[in-house]
Amino acid sequence: MDNIAFGLIIAITLGSALMVVVSKQLLYSAIALLFTLFGIAGLYIFMWADFMAGVQVVVYIGGILVLLIFGIMLTNKISSVNISHTSLQRGVGAVVTLGVLGFLISMINNTSWLQLSSVEPSQTADSIGRLLMMDFLLPFEVASLLLLGALIGAAMLSRNTN
Amino acid sequence: MIVDWLIDWFPTSVAWPGLTFVVVVILCAIPVFVFIALYALVAIYGELKISSFIQDKVGPMGQGVGLHAWRWGLLQPVADALKLILKEDIIPSSADKKLFILAPFIVFIGAFIAFSALPFSQTLIIADMNIGIFYILAVSSLGVIGIILAGWSSNNKWSLYGAMRSAAQIISYEIPVALSIVVVIMLTGTMSMQGIIQYQSGLIWGFLPNWLIFNNPFTFLAFIIFFISGVAECNRTPFDIPEAESELVAGAFTEYSGMRYAFFFLSEYANMFVVSGVAATAFMGGWLSPIPGMLNTPAWGLFWFMSKSMFLIFMMIWFRWTFPRLRVDQLMDVCWKGFIPISLFNIFGVGIWHLIVG
Repeated sequence: MDNIAFGLIIAITLGSALMVVVSKQLLYSAIALLFTLFGIAGLYIFMWADFMAGVQVVVYIGGILVLLIFGIMLTNKISSVNISHTSLQRGVGAVVTLGVLGFLISMINNTSWLQLSSVEPSQTADSIGRLLMMDFLLPFEVASLLLLGALIGAAMLSRNTN
Repeated sequence: MIVDWLIDWFPTSVAWPGLTFVVVVILCAIPVFVFIALYALVAIYGELKISSFIQDKVGPMGQGVGLHAWRWGLLQPVADALKLILKEDIIPSSADKKLFILAPFIVFIGAFIAFSALPFSQTLIIADMNIGIFYILAVSSLGVIGIILAGWSSNNKWSLYGAMRSAAQIISYEIPVALSIVVVIMLTGTMSMQGIIQYQSGLIWGFLPNWLIFNNPFTFLAFIIFFISGVAECNRTPFDIPEAESELVAGAFTEYSGMRYAFFFLSEYANMFVVSGVAATAFMGGWLSPIPGMLNTPAWGLFWFMSKSMFLIFMMIWFRWTFPRLRVDQLMDVCWKGFIPISLFNIFGVGIWHLIVG
């Protein structure tokens, strides 16, 4: 669509992802993660997946990130802990990292990528809904059952025992 | 719509086509910001006057010199705004400076970008997205993070308490809000704001406009739950324990002053408008006229949308001076034991109604 907007979003995503890794304060990492997740939502929009972008924001930013920040803030003294970034076993680390990089590059080169049309699809969320409610109803229901189980489990665990 | 119109309006042959998009986004953002600022002035004046009348007082009437002196105190909010802008910007020395500065902007952005999907009239909507209403729900969850950051970075126990209460409250009340919107989406079969409004045109029961609050008992219940939960999401009385002046000074905003405080203030009013605008769109026909088929030009559309939104904002102010503040446990009880079960039942009920009646 537009190279400037795309470049901006890529820069925000990668830059804040780097911040997540190198930041010495845990809460700063969490806040940098906010921008990374937002950038990924932007990338979904470039693929015409607006519903996925919305879900990304609701689930990852509104849900998981808030829980993460809650966890950091409620844990006593964790926010003042300095995370060390000294490297250990550099030789082995370099080999593993380069191996993963090479693997990813070969994957990217060997995949036959789908070319998206440059015209906006008229319906996006509708077709997802149709697929979930018709073709993939059973997996959808099984997934919801799993989440219900997790919910009941969490309620059981957090219950006051006396 | 405005985005599409502006992109078409720009000549396609400009040297740098990528720039068009960025310029269009900025061109859309400026009027929205001006609108929020002007609307906040009106809403603050309304809040001052309505609260005074409810308490049998007269409110600002114009005393002294300068901006305060004008008739009926009409310029009182302007004076207040100028005062906030000119005040010293204090950052506590023990605060986490970067996050302290960042927090008000995150809160404001969460309220600000929701405006891009609000349909002010038939043509006056910045972008009529496929997922309009879902987009608003999604971006409104951004404000929580800003409030948590404000509370934590202030390095003040009242702030942190306020932030924790606020976050717990907003996260809880997001669920009934979303579940009530599911009812709307089920009936209208679309998430586009204009699509939802178009579904509500025409008559129902022979004489009422086909707005979703009149459509069936379940949608009426959904509207009530949506609106009350929306008030809770704005952290307004009776759900204002995050701010609770009598116990927490000003909650997460205790340490903020001047311009930065003004941004929190502005985003509270902007959030009120977003909640009212979504309620007006999803349940009260948005820009549709109350007399179906009459006065439905775009200009009247703007008038109807604004009147409906402003009426709901008036309701919020009315609530504030009518109901006492809820306690923390009562607040959670209302949400988890009251609204969420009712909303789930509502979804079931609307499904059955849709199958049987139409």
